[in-house]
Amino acid sequence: MSALQSRHGEELLAVRQLRVAFAHGRSLLPAVDGIELRLAAGETLALLGESGCGKSATALALLRLLPAAGRIVTGEVLFGGRDLMRLPESEMRAVRGGGMAMIFQEPATSLNPVLTVGRQLAEVLARHRALSGAAAQATALELLVAVGIADAPRRLGEYPFQLSGGMKQRVMIAMALAGEPRLLIADEPTTALDVTIQAQILELLRRLQAERAMGMLLITHDLGVVAQMATRVGVMYAGEIVEEAPRAAFFAAPRHPYAQKLFAALPDLARRGGQLQTIPGQVPSLSAMPAGCRFAARCEHAWELCRQQSPQWRQVAVNHRVRCHLDDGLVSRGRDGGSITAAGEALAVVAVAPALLAVDDLRVHFPIRRGILQRIVGQVRAVDGVSLALARGRTLALVGESGCGKTTVGKAILQLLPASGGRVRLLGEQLGSGARSPRRALRRHMQMIFQDPFASLNPRLSVGEIIAEGMRALAVGGPAAGRRATNAAAVAAVLQQVGLPAEAAGRYPHEFSGGQRQRIAIARALAVQPDLVICDEPTSALDVSVQAQILNLLATLQGELGLAYLFITHNFAVVDHLAHEVAVMYLGRIVEHGLVDEVLRSPRHPYTRALLSAVPSPRLDATSGFIRLPGEIPSPAAPPAGCHFHPRCRQASELCRQKYPPPSRLSATHAVHCHLYPPAGERD
Amino acid sequence: MPFLPVILWSDVLIWLLLLAAILLGWLSARNPLWRTAWQRVGRSRAGMASATLLLAFAVVGLLDSLHYRPRLTVDGGQEAPAQPATYAVEVLSLLDALLTPLRTRNEKTYSEPLATRAHAKETIEVRGSDGRLQQTRDHPRLRYGGAHLGADEEQRDADVAGRVLQALGLALLAWAAVAVAVCGGVARAQASGWRQAWRRLWRSGGDFAWSAVLCALAALLLLAMPVALLATDYHVFGTDKVGQDVLYQVLKSVRTALVIGLVTTLVMLPLSVLLGVLAGYFRGWVDDIIQYLYTTLSSIPGVLLIAAAVLMMQVLIDTHPQWFATAAERADLRLLALCFILGVTSWTGLCRLLRGETLKLRELEYIQAAQAFGVSSLRIIGRHIVPNLMHIVIIALVMDFSSLVLAEAVLSYVGIGVDPTMISFGTMINNARLELAREPMVWWSLSAAFFFMFSLVLAANLFADAVRDAFDPRLAGSP
Repeated sequence: MSALQSRHGEELLAVRQLRVAFAHGRSLLPAVDGIELRLAAGETLALLGESGCGKSATALALLRLLPAAGRIVTGEVLFGGRDLMRLPESEMRAVRGGGMAMIFQEPATSLNPVLTVGRQLAEVLARHRALSGAAAQATALELLVAVGIADAPRRLGEYPFQLSGGMKQRVMIAMALAGEPRLLIADEPTTALDVTIQAQILELLRRLQAERAMGMLLITHDLGVVAQMATRVGVMYAGEIVEEAPRAAFFAAPRHPYAQKLFAALPDLARRGGQLQTIPGQVPSLSAMPAGCRFAARCEHAWELCRQQSPQWRQVAVNHRVRCHLDDGLVSRGRDGGSITAAGEALAVVAVAPALLAVDDLRVHFPIRRGILQRIVGQVRAVDGVSLALARGRTLALVGESGCGKTTVGKAILQLLPASGGRVRLLGEQLGSGARSPRRALRRHMQMIFQDPFASLNPRLSVGEIIAEGMRALAVGGPAAGRRATNAAAVAAVLQQVGLPAEAAGRYPHEFSGGQRQRIAIARALAVQPDLVICDEPTSALDVSVQAQILNLLATLQGELGLAYLFITHNFAVVDHLAHEVAVMYLGRIVEHGLVDEVLRSPRHPYTRALLSAVPSPRLDATSGFIRLPGEIPSPAAPPAGCHFHPRCRQASELCRQKYPPPSRLSATHAVHCHLYPPAGERD
Repeated sequence: MPFLPVILWSDVLIWLLLLAAILLGWLSARNPLWRTAWQRVGRSRAGMASATLLLAFAVVGLLDSLHYRPRLTVDGGQEAPAQPATYAVEVLSLLDALLTPLRTRNEKTYSEPLATRAHAKETIEVRGSDGRLQQTRDHPRLRYGGAHLGADEEQRDADVAGRVLQALGLALLAWAAVAVAVCGGVARAQASGWRQAWRRLWRSGGDFAWSAVLCALAALLLLAMPVALLATDYHVFGTDKVGQDVLYQVLKSVRTALVIGLVTTLVMLPLSVLLGVLAGYFRGWVDDIIQYLYTTLSSIPGVLLIAAAVLMMQVLIDTHPQWFATAAERADLRLLALCFILGVTSWTGLCRLLRGETLKLRELEYIQAAQAFGVSSLRIIGRHIVPNLMHIVIIALVMDFSSLVLAEAVLSYVGIGVDPTMISFGTMINNARLELAREPMVWWSLSAAFFFMFSLVLAANLFADAVRDAFDPRLAGSP
């Protein structure tokens, strides 16, 4: 124990003046520009920043695993007293995995699909600990148990495709631990996972770190994860670390304007209905780094000096340094300055308007076919009896973990997927039946905004053509004569509506950044003047500051045009900010439905409670009463009998195992499917 | 009229292809994405050097694709005015006209490159100094090869060296003229001085790899010019069994190779694009049928299918001699039939590739967005899917070219390729193969065919690489 104690606090890693550049043609583009890091054993340093800030390049440079175009220009990486940059490649291989190990973002692609879990673990054990045969088997088993994999002996012989996403990430962690590293580099370890799984993995990482006194370099863009995990925080911006502070000091009072803006851009309850603070512009590209302070172009406090001279480190408190020319007094906490306008009144309007969209018992089943004759042997019940109603000008958020069928609901409403049962009525007319032409007329009234702005725009068409396509297909803008001119005007108008210049129409999607592309996608949907827009995780692929821009835009458009949004998401902060009503889905069914305050403030269904407790809050005062959900979402091909949630529910009773609970109305707007709340008729 | 134009079917197709290439160029110039892709090809040194070589081959092929029948004249050059004009049964091309001395100066049989005497010994009668006829066995003197030297055969080496030097000088002059013209053009386009423009030409990383073009042109001129000067009085690559000039044969083979490589794609492309996209987009039973079709087709050995089809075609041609006015037309039809059957057997690979890519594309969100607008399926295919497949099609086109040229050589070698009267690399190799066993060996026919085919295919492959790098979206961003 004393040995462990002494290892705590010992300096593990010291990075000095690390510069990483990427070769582009004949020039070198600097991606990481002279960063300095220190990390002690048992400590977690979180590197925080948006995409393109050089976080991952830093991590890869530490391991000397940069891609072919990457070069380490200068720098010293002292790890356990040795400079890694001077080690020959053969010794470096012992450091990788043995000294420091890395966990990657995407568990699905980080494991070799043709080797069993046991084989992949044995490979690491043989390399770093010279274990083989029975000893390796035993150690591998120990590791799997340590990362909390149930039924470990069986899992050893399984292939990655037989594991779920969370389990793959656990296996990745086990592999990282196999070499008994002293430093763990975790590159966005939970970004690809659902909140409940994320909470499990973060808890696991914390426990392992405490047990083994490892240092951890955590790379993330999620302030919530930082708040839960970090001992110290380093904020990266455009290849530089701009602020470094202990966690408590950072969350209490971030000093750099960029860090303050990141907090201000987070959607939360306080600014519901109002505008989020945004950071104008985007991270400068590698080829056009500004000369002075790199944040100057996006900083509202920037002055002459900022544009000319790069700021030096300045100590503002113990262990708290910042690179900014501003004096303390000048910047007040941006969080408090958020405009809290119209927060209450928008919510006060209860749905009285007639429903624009009414979904009744919607079912989407996919047949499972087997054998030569393609006989149907079962059904994947992706959506199994979903009922919704949505009025004009309102937002209904459909939340749930991946695989619960929320996107399928959206696509089925849009008739992109054939429904197997149930009715969808839009403006009182039934969809999915009847002839082609009335269906086409109804298409005009609903549109979709997709998740990935890079896949949702055809790269071969100009922005103008992309936006005009819908107008032409649905014959918006009158008859064919003179349509070209009116179309051009309409495209310009729509572009202006989403905050893009009219010249954008002549350019191609690849010339735009992610946020701008999402604006184009919104413009495409708006061009046909829909009443209902189905937003399928429109901000999950975007950075925090850009997410705020898009959320603001969506809110403004709703105010101006009276759009109704069906907002499909797994991000509760966004729900809280934007939605009027929430429906929580689990395994193809809605388990709880109500106004946003009812569901988020007083959740009733055990699943909703677990979900909400798993969301990492970007605050220190957050109550950490995480309700641990055992297991993973069952397959929709074979949902459990009775209440679908009962195998993971602590409060499950015999009744839950037998019968799916009927809806129980808790108030006029709040309904839940759970046996804990018997319907009014049966109560007493 | 001194000649009667003859339009062969393959000529029509070749010129149509040229037209299509010009159209593609025009369309690419208007589409900014394509323009940048082709500009990337223009920046590639290997690509532009091989393009220069390909262009030279293309010029030879195009010259050989303008056919005519010359008017027959009565002996003595006098035309009989009263008679209706009669034309020769032999169909000539513009290239034949240009190469007339090569075409007509046939020796008796084999002769080595640049030889003045035949390859094989013969019994010849020589009148000795005493006036008696003496029979000796020796290499007989060639009728045309080095004839201008007269009895002075010892002079051959000096003559050849002189001509080569002269040719190199001419080549350098010609190259300098081209280089100055290019430099002037660049200087004018960039409104800079000549010196500056010259330096820009040779610097790497420019907009267009002029340096590679000029280098390739220099190499081409330095090789071709001596050959041209020597060819007037020697057989530079020797002669074959029936005494025909091998240089003439390889030049004639170029057109055959180009027709095989290009016209085949005309057959292949519509099949593979249409069926591949339909299978990938509609899936279900359409996909089942198309997959069934190409799995069946690709499981039949290609050579068997080609042999069967070519033999059937041959029977058809033989039983209907009245269809053809000249032997050239008959050979041409067989060539087209070969192209057709090669196309039918080789579309499956590209089709499979396009089906897979379409399957991937149709799940992309922009396709779903278009479906949400109610855009019709055909329009989605035309606007969203096919343009996003074009890079694969272009890459497949240039890559297939070289393999088809090689396939022709192999097929002609086994006797199911082009008509035996048509000169092609395959027939040349086929004719030369038996002579490899001769002692001393007859090596020049095979080597000349090999060298030309190799440079054509290598240039096509290098160009294909440059095109693939420029059009592949995954590589497009990298330098």
